[in-house]
Amino acid sequence: SDRLLIKGGRIINDDQSFYADIYLEDGLIKQIGENLIVPGGVKTIEANGRMVLPGGIDVNTYLQKPYHGTTTVDDFYQGTMAALAGGTTMIIDHVVPEPGGSLLAAFEKWHEAADKKSCCDYSLHVDITQWHEGVKEELEILVQDKGITSFQVYMAYTEGFHMTDSQLYEAFTFLKGLGAVVQVHAENGDLIAQEQNKILSMGITGPEGHVLSRPEELESEAVFRAITIGNRINCPVYITKVMSKSAADIIAQARKKGAVAFGEPVTASLGTDGTHYWSKNWSKAAAFVTSPPLSPDPTTPDHLNSLLACGDLQVTGSAHCAYSTAQKAIGKDNFTLIPEGTNGIEERMSIVWDKAVAVGKMDENQFVAVTSTNAAKIFNLYPRKGRIAVGSDADIVIWDPDKIKTISAKMQNSALEYNIFEGIECRGVPLVVVSQGKIVFEDGKLDVHQGMGRFIPRKPFPEYVYQRIKTRNKRMEMLGVSRGMYDGPVYDVPATPKYVTPSPSAKSSPTKNQSPPVRNLHQSNFSLSGAQTDDNIPRRSGHRIVNPPGGRSNITSLG
Amino acid sequence: SDRLIIKGGKIVNDDQSFYADIYIEDGIIKQIGENLIVPGGVKTIDAYGHLVIPGGIDVNTCLHMPYLGMTPADGFYHGTKAALAGGTTMIIDHVLPEPGTSLLVAYDQWRELADSKSCCDYSLHVDITRWHESLTEELEALIKDKGVNSFLVFMAYKDKYQCTDSQMYEIFGIIRDLGAIAQVHAENGDIIEEEQKRLLESGITGPEGHVLSRPEEVETEAVYRAITIAKQANCPLYVTKVMSKGAADTIAHAKRKGMVVYGEAISASLGTDGSHYWSKNWAKAAAFVTSPPLSQDTMTPDYLNSMLSCGDLQVTGSAHCTFSTAQKAVGKDNFTLIPEGTNGIEERMSIIWDRSVTTGKMDENEFVAVTSTNAAKIFNLYPRKGRVAVGSDADLVIWNPKETKIISAKTHHLAIEYNIFEGMECLGAPVVVMSQGKIVLEDGKLHVTEGSGRFIPRKTFPDFVYKRIKARNRMADVHGVPRGLYDGPVHDVSMATKAVASTPSCRGSSCPGKAQMAPLRNLHQSGFTLSGNQMDDHIPRRTTQRIVAPPGGRSNITSLS
Repeated sequence: SDRLLIKGGRIINDDQSFYADIYLEDGLIKQIGENLIVPGGVKTIEANGRMVLPGGIDVNTYLQKPYHGTTTVDDFYQGTMAALAGGTTMIIDHVVPEPGGSLLAAFEKWHEAADKKSCCDYSLHVDITQWHEGVKEELEILVQDKGITSFQVYMAYTEGFHMTDSQLYEAFTFLKGLGAVVQVHAENGDLIAQEQNKILSMGITGPEGHVLSRPEELESEAVFRAITIGNRINCPVYITKVMSKSAADIIAQARKKGAVAFGEPVTASLGTDGTHYWSKNWSKAAAFVTSPPLSPDPTTPDHLNSLLACGDLQVTGSAHCAYSTAQKAIGKDNFTLIPEGTNGIEERMSIVWDKAVAVGKMDENQFVAVTSTNAAKIFNLYPRKGRIAVGSDADIVIWDPDKIKTISAKMQNSALEYNIFEGIECRGVPLVVVSQGKIVFEDGKLDVHQGMGRFIPRKPFPEYVYQRIKTRNKRMEMLGVSRGMYDGPVYDVPATPKYVTPSPSAKSSPTKNQSPPVRNLHQSNFSLSGAQTDDNIPRRSGHRIVNPPGGRSNITSLG
Repeated sequence: SDRLIIKGGKIVNDDQSFYADIYIEDGIIKQIGENLIVPGGVKTIDAYGHLVIPGGIDVNTCLHMPYLGMTPADGFYHGTKAALAGGTTMIIDHVLPEPGTSLLVAYDQWRELADSKSCCDYSLHVDITRWHESLTEELEALIKDKGVNSFLVFMAYKDKYQCTDSQMYEIFGIIRDLGAIAQVHAENGDIIEEEQKRLLESGITGPEGHVLSRPEEVETEAVYRAITIAKQANCPLYVTKVMSKGAADTIAHAKRKGMVVYGEAISASLGTDGSHYWSKNWAKAAAFVTSPPLSQDTMTPDYLNSMLSCGDLQVTGSAHCTFSTAQKAVGKDNFTLIPEGTNGIEERMSIIWDRSVTTGKMDENEFVAVTSTNAAKIFNLYPRKGRVAVGSDADLVIWNPKETKIISAKTHHLAIEYNIFEGMECLGAPVVVMSQGKIVLEDGKLHVTEGSGRFIPRKTFPDFVYKRIKARNRMADVHGVPRGLYDGPVHDVSMATKAVASTPSCRGSSCPGKAQMAPLRNLHQSGFTLSGNQMDDHIPRRTTQRIVAPPGGRSNITSLS
């Protein structure tokens, strides 16, 4: 009964397009080709030359994010329904544990809720909301036993989630050791806190304060810093929610210098901009509140679509996190209290098609890459997801590139009463959506039931991310210079230094105990002027110096 | 007796060069021109064929930087002597107070030392080694009564001098209001500390560990962050010791976007590179230890000289801070303990002339700009210093662009036994140096007097730096959107917030929504809707209301593009 034949479609993968029929059985793609031999009485879908794509993967959703005791109005049921209606057949949701609380407990909570409610396959990221030693053990368990291999850290939210650079360094080091994908919410939290105080003290309390207190530079600064830290440790860095031109440019630049960095623009940043924060309608302005904020620069969506098209940005998510207007109104007198998040789970595929493919920025194959294949590769779901191939999951979308849809809150499957894309006309919509080999969307109608989605566990060390890292690890071993003992005079450092705070224990020098009595240094006959013994020896001749001057940068620089 | 006439030289200022004689009296330039009428019996200096330039200003010296109870081998006496020998007639030294102690006390300590020892005019920067609110008053006192208008904050040296981003924002705000210059030591201290631990664990203890633990990117990152913070605070920024290409590029890029930011290259980064950290000779390798470190990229000096020539970097210092080899050897088994600093106070002018002017990167006027005039403008010493003009201080250098000098520890005027530029041949050297109208270098001989240097107080709000900032302050006001009251439903926020950590007092407790909340209602049944057309959809936002900070507009204020 679970057999399906898709006839006469043009299959689009990220590498090529071709005409073939597809036979599905038991939720898997069993055959691809022409004149397939299939059992009789199989249900057949006539694709009539339309595009057949791998189902979309939405890499960033928040369908159960708590805020002051309330949670998003789109839960796993409502949210995944909307996802399927938009051509997305898999989501990766963020688990947001209470700061200081157990990651495992939070994971179980999300897992349970999603198993019961989700209508499409799902996986989970776990956000590390507070870094401490105890987290390490939980992370190991999550990676090794629970199938969670991606974790988000926060550089913003000084009141809760924020991590210092040292903590980031430690977290990156540890996560890299586990082979996980490190995701970063990149905004400078310290400065945001300062700006918020300033803006509030100026008497600005409306949603425009949100974007005024989080200018673009604070996002790009944090992106720069995150990538710098990642480079130090040789750890891949994945930037969630790329919202501004400058943040995207920094990722692009870093990639050109060889950094293993990935950037994820979201539906909102690709489809709309931050001018709406100045709307006179409070509810409308508040609907756009998300972090990092949408850029007030109206050319931003175009720029981000271009970078997505040329590969500088690789994946798209929705960061769907839907709070009703009444929930948003918690912050009606103080923008810092407005719960953050916009919709986008249902609109993502259509927005990308309309803004990037329909205008000729990218082709259909690149579209598949940025909406599904790249995500599957980065998060180690490939080729089970993200490709139409024999043996892959039967998550398939039949796409009509010419049909036009007008986005409206009246038509949407989300529980929200608004839609930030209200009135936008999108060219390109899904006609039929197949999830796990079943038709879940056809003729504009959803046919789903709660809990039909499965949890898809993931393995660590995705090749797409870690192959280069592993090679670099081997090359990057640092060796010191082998020198004879220094046997010249050593200045006597008094045991209790007057002018400096004691250096941390890790640094304390053994020389302190061995130092000879103080002497007049000006009388020392030790001299370095003139020729040195090693002046004439080319440094690289005899010794293999693994890390010569100027050489180390070659390892991470491709240029 | 303090009368002098310089004849036949070519006067070089940052804007033009011309031939004229200069008459000096009482330490001040009294006349410039041809056929000057001067009193009889005045000493005449022949400058035919040479350039007469304003004496160099070294904007960055640490002649008394304490480290583990040691002070540098070159104190104010040796340091300023060497400065004069190299054609530098004024220094600005860094006061480094012990973290947590009074800035004023440290300032007084430095003043006393320098007043009794310095051979040339000097001024002082004060380093903010540990920020707390109470320092605001001290900053005000330093600025208003003590003639200090520049302060350095550290982004490195974790748990010692390092500032957090919030603290920097706060400090920058105060400094901007007071009209001073915010200087920043830009390196990410958090990353450095982690890298140091890692290197020491892997058994690397030599000076190469210093540069391995402080890679270029860590400097670049901090420069980028400092600029971001300064932009938010609308405060001009001055980056000390630009040591790498990446850092210089970041500064240039920010300038292009309209930031008021200055970058200071130093003798070491302009004249040599970090390949020496791999020297087999420990003492030689250790001599180069300074922070940020010299770049391992051997193209860096050339690149920085180019940036200096095109105006992307503006000033040059020496960051002269010299510890003897025995002092450096405190860190012989652990590179993190090696006292940091290199020489450069004496070599600065010659190195720039040799690397930039003789190679045709910059002209003689630009040379004057980067070695003295720009510094005088930024630190509000202009036109008293940094220019050959009537009324300016008689700090002059007669420069021979054709003289070749070989730098060596055997011939330098420093107290240290090494020189990081050992053996370098430099074209271009001072033949006569004049400080306060007195000849201090002539025929290769120095005639200096300990304590003859004066403290030069500086005023706030240097025009060169602050004119633009003031204009932007006026423009940068942001206004909220006037809206009617939101009268829709408000979600009930339960008092016992389970899932979230309590928000800090500055934001959380004051939400009036909590007091007025309506009973919980089914939101899906709410008649309130935003779908469809909104009342303001068709009203172009800019027509009636003057919106001072419109979307996209705010960046225009500070973006020149």
